Amino acid sequence: MGSTGAGALLIVSLVVALAAAYRPVGDWLYRVFTGRRHWRVERVIYRLVGVDPDGEQNWGGYARSVLAFSAVSVLFLYAFLRLQNRLWLSLGRPPVKPDQAWNTAASFVTNTNWQSYSGESTMGHLVQMAGLTVQNFSSAAVGIAVAVALVRGFARGRTGRLGNFWVDLVRVCLRVLLPVAVVGALVFVAAGAVDNLSAGHDAHTPAGAAQRLPGGPVASQEIIKEFGTNGGGFYNANSAHPFENPTSWTNWLQIFLLLVIGFSLPRAFGRMVGDKRQGLAIALVMAVLALGSVIAINGFQLAHRGTVPQAVGAATEGVEARFGVPQSATFAAATTLTSTGAVDSVHDSYTALGGGVAMANMMLGEVAPGGTGSGLYGILVLAVITVFVAGLMVGRTPEYLGKKISAREIKFASLYFLTTPGLVLVGAAAAMALKAARVSMLNTGPHGLSEVLYAYTSAANNNGSAFAGLNADTAWYNTTLGVTMLLGRFVPMIFVLGLAGALAAQRPVPVSAGTLRTHQPLFAGMVVGVVLIAVALTYLPALALGPLAEGL
Amino acid sequence: MSIAAQQSPRVAQPPPPHGPTRVRGGLLDPKQLIRSFPDALRKLNPAALWRNPVMFIVEIGSAFTTVLAIVHPTVFAWLTTCWLWLTVVFANLAEAVAEGRGKAQAETLRRAKKETVARRLRDWTPGAERPDEEAVPAQLLRLGDIVVIEAGQTIPGDGDVVEGIASVDESAITGESAPVIRESGGDRSAVTGGTKVLSDRIVVRITQRPGESFIDRMIALVEGANRQKTPNEIALNILLAALTIIFLLAVATLQPLAVYSKAQTPAAPDNAALTSHGVTGVVLVSLLVCLIPTTIGALLSAIGIAGMDRLVQRNVLAMSGRAVEAAGDVNTLLLDKTGTITLGNRQAREFTPVDGVDEKALADAAQLASLADETPEGRSIVVHAKQRYGLRERQVNCATWVPFTAQTRMSGVDLTEGAGVVRRIRKGASSAVLKWVRDHGGHTSDHVAMVVDGVSASGGTPLVVAEARSGEPARALGVIDLKDVVKAGMRERFDAMRRMGIRTVMITGDNPLTARAIAAEAGVDDFLAEAKPEDKMDLIRREQEGGKLVAMTGDGTNDAPALAQADVGVAMNTGTSAAKEAGNMVDLDSDPTKLIEIVQIGKQLLITRGALTTFSIANDIAKYFAIIPAMFAAVYPGLDRLNVMRLASPSSAILSAVIFNALVIVALIPLALRGVRYRPSSAAALLRRNLLVYGVGGIVTPFVGIKLIDLAVHFLPGV
Repeated sequence: MGSTGAGALLIVSLVVALAAAYRPVGDWLYRVFTGRRHWRVERVIYRLVGVDPDGEQNWGGYARSVLAFSAVSVLFLYAFLRLQNRLWLSLGRPPVKPDQAWNTAASFVTNTNWQSYSGESTMGHLVQMAGLTVQNFSSAAVGIAVAVALVRGFARGRTGRLGNFWVDLVRVCLRVLLPVAVVGALVFVAAGAVDNLSAGHDAHTPAGAAQRLPGGPVASQEIIKEFGTNGGGFYNANSAHPFENPTSWTNWLQIFLLLVIGFSLPRAFGRMVGDKRQGLAIALVMAVLALGSVIAINGFQLAHRGTVPQAVGAATEGVEARFGVPQSATFAAATTLTSTGAVDSVHDSYTALGGGVAMANMMLGEVAPGGTGSGLYGILVLAVITVFVAGLMVGRTPEYLGKKISAREIKFASLYFLTTPGLVLVGAAAAMALKAARVSMLNTGPHGLSEVLYAYTSAANNNGSAFAGLNADTAWYNTTLGVTMLLGRFVPMIFVLGLAGALAAQRPVPVSAGTLRTHQPLFAGMVVGVVLIAVALTYLPALALGPLAEGL
Repeated sequence: MSIAAQQSPRVAQPPPPHGPTRVRGGLLDPKQLIRSFPDALRKLNPAALWRNPVMFIVEIGSAFTTVLAIVHPTVFAWLTTCWLWLTVVFANLAEAVAEGRGKAQAETLRRAKKETVARRLRDWTPGAERPDEEAVPAQLLRLGDIVVIEAGQTIPGDGDVVEGIASVDESAITGESAPVIRESGGDRSAVTGGTKVLSDRIVVRITQRPGESFIDRMIALVEGANRQKTPNEIALNILLAALTIIFLLAVATLQPLAVYSKAQTPAAPDNAALTSHGVTGVVLVSLLVCLIPTTIGALLSAIGIAGMDRLVQRNVLAMSGRAVEAAGDVNTLLLDKTGTITLGNRQAREFTPVDGVDEKALADAAQLASLADETPEGRSIVVHAKQRYGLRERQVNCATWVPFTAQTRMSGVDLTEGAGVVRRIRKGASSAVLKWVRDHGGHTSDHVAMVVDGVSASGGTPLVVAEARSGEPARALGVIDLKDVVKAGMRERFDAMRRMGIRTVMITGDNPLTARAIAAEAGVDDFLAEAKPEDKMDLIRREQEGGKLVAMTGDGTNDAPALAQADVGVAMNTGTSAAKEAGNMVDLDSDPTKLIEIVQIGKQLLITRGALTTFSIANDIAKYFAIIPAMFAAVYPGLDRLNVMRLASPSSAILSAVIFNALVIVALIPLALRGVRYRPSSAAALLRRNLLVYGVGGIVTPFVGIKLIDLAVHFLPGV
């Protein structure tokens, strides 16, 4: 079987698996979000934290809880990183320097997992387990909680109540992420991923060189790295490292895991708003965008015009030989489409246009299917903007799922829509304008520009993957990217919750023949168009000077 | 004759004498563009323009390029600067043209508002023979003043007739030259300042405050003097502002990237677009102006003004733009049966006696009960009795007329026949009359109910006639069958409504059976039978509870609360001032079916906004393909592949995009004023069509347009 055939088989098998998972996973998530009963262990947690699990919050309260929880997380993680030398299992590593600790704390709390360090040589085991991995769970759960609050805004009428953040957070962690993580970690161990507290083994290569093979709690971090769309690897090589991603089928499993929540959440959304077709329409919008991107990136990697790729049949530079081009390209598409940022190949080595697609995937705003939760709320905001224009064209005040989209709703949606491109463009322009920042660039020409653009795109969209040819461990990059990640995560969240509050307060409008049908292909196609055009129009000038200049 | 037709200088031939003719919106005379040009220039004042954020940005950009063009004058810089300024002027022109049409109408209204002297009455009481009179200028009249107007005099202010009856010429307001009757009491008591009494004498209580007369409000409305942005317009403005900010960011942040890129390839020569200092200011501004949604930004307010204007041309005055928008959203339309769905004049068709009563005796009683009934129905009973049974109208002595009220729902007469014997005859709705019979000791047979049901089921209106002599129990005599005639073409209109997702509800005082028959005949979705004013109100509330928007028409004072409660309340101009005050629109033609047109205008207004927004955004794709290669192909030759239009040179490409961007505004002014074509159809069909025309069309058109302009522009020396 040739590369193309293998790639097609991989993609088809993933589509089938995700389609099969859509209903059961979506229904399971739905039950988690809407169940009335609290588990006993959950009650204990609520009592310890001091919240009333049946007391619901309005959007302001919900947002304050999100921000307070995340602020404490950043401070805690920062302190952890700075003090790791005084704690157990530090392996004798020194404290992480302040700018890097700030960057790392911001990165893991925002579900970005941008890493300006190399895990196996910087972090002790305790920080990896109790600091970074904990955030892998909680940051994913925060994203899902905010998405659920927005869905409640659509589903409910004439209320200020959007649910209880603490309940959503605890339930997602305990009922969804933890069970899968426990089973998944064992599966990874069975496949050959390491999971121990060893400081590493010394080994000798056949050539006689001495090599140190670092061990650690890898498999337990690996599973949530993918399932929670985090992406921060234990090792610097991330999923290209055999201890993290031992073989071809674990690579398939990793791609599946990082897509499965994102693609199944629309089902839960559809059930919560009482119309499964609405969820399916959103899932299909995501699927169309994702498939297009997967095919494009595979196409560019397999059929490159360059001399070497022509000779070997594909662009194999920077690709892990165990996986080959299609598995790497599909992984790259999935990881950039989901705000995960885990990598099993070097995106910087991709063809100009292939790398450009990876960048464009993030620029879509991480909505196809996006990070856990953040993908759903991102696409719903874009659907709101689409509804506004489409709704006018059918001659009514636009309405989506029975809620009118008027000035207040469009204000929140527009602000959401503005934030990320603003952060990316301002960040990249500042980095290109300042000499102090430009010294980090290891490449010249359009590729150098692509690396900087990629870094800010990745940070602002909370992806975390990198075009590695940029030395990001500088005070400038650590600081600005840290700020970019935090703003790129929490400012949109506030707008999403504001939108949810505005929607929940409305009285639902009944559906009539004059109502725009938002579950039909025409509207779904229009959402795809808006997502693509919104991206192309905002980033095209910048992309023209980076990947397009290099690749055309 | 509508106001617009009467006054507009562009209508050459005289309008036909009968019935209101309508000037179709959007007939745009090129002369009008030229006439509005000075206004467009005046609107360049930044203090006025800042309300439109998109065009304000364009103006700032134009000012900036002007400075650049003065400092480094080139043909390209000056041409671009001129076209950037023209972009702003064209936007202002769209608004000025839309306003100009309203101003012409306001001018004619002002002429109606002549200085009049009012004859104010002091200490007037109803029936007073010779009250004191004083002359005061009309503008000094206060709320509650009583004035007297006689034939040939102009009514000094808005008010209600409290005494007398007169024919009034209201052509100044409605454009309709046939005089109308205004009388005290009832639902035709409202008079409007500036109209003229043609006959008789009326006493009027002024209901306006000084300077707030109906004409004043009309002038303000058609001029758009205190035009406020409607909710949907505000929402759209927010979206447009957000897009503008995004593009502002995209363009502003391009500069460091451009400087870097230029520095990477020092061999590439400087050109009009890119130098070693980055993209030139003129080109950056051009890119920005081409990307921000100037098309919709320029036309947005014109669309709103033109929407109101289209209503005025149909002789409807909307008190707020908000109401026009709400009209597009209406879910439920309440229509009075009489006069709206049916012709209004029900005719007596048959008298059916019951319980062995002689047919002639029934006809006699029916005629007696109707002698004082001046309604068309009452007259038709008298006429039918005369024609069919040879009963002549007669003068009846010792009769006390019992008038119809909405509460009793019957009328009749009490005749004194000799000493102490009073014969009371009642006719009215069956439930009311039968109750009356029972209340007066009579009993009602199944026969009556059967006949009533039979009449109702056939779509007729049954009136039961009953009599009671002193000392005897009351008895039902029989049933009058009043036939209702449904207006032609109503079924088609209601079908169209249904396709738009609007439910029509017929309101009628008839019993449920009759109502059902007529509802079925007319094709309405639902009906409210035996409706009292408070039932109407309850229905509106119930619909609104379910999140629906309700529209209705009304004219009587008892309609006022419902008109106020409805989301779109259209008051008839013939109605009372209470009704006009309560509604948010007034129909000068007093045509209740106008509601259907109002809904369509509301929808058309929103569709026009959506369509032009889509068009505006879709345009950007082609502009990128023109400008990006023009800016950077010199540095990265590969980008020339994006120049799919094969534009001649970087400067001609940029100039062509700017010119296209400006010209498309002018090209779309007629569409903005006329509104996009609207045919009642389902949401899916509307979206498909508009997406195809304005979305796909919006992507393709600029590719063609920019290429054509480039073919001409590249011949210019220095470009």
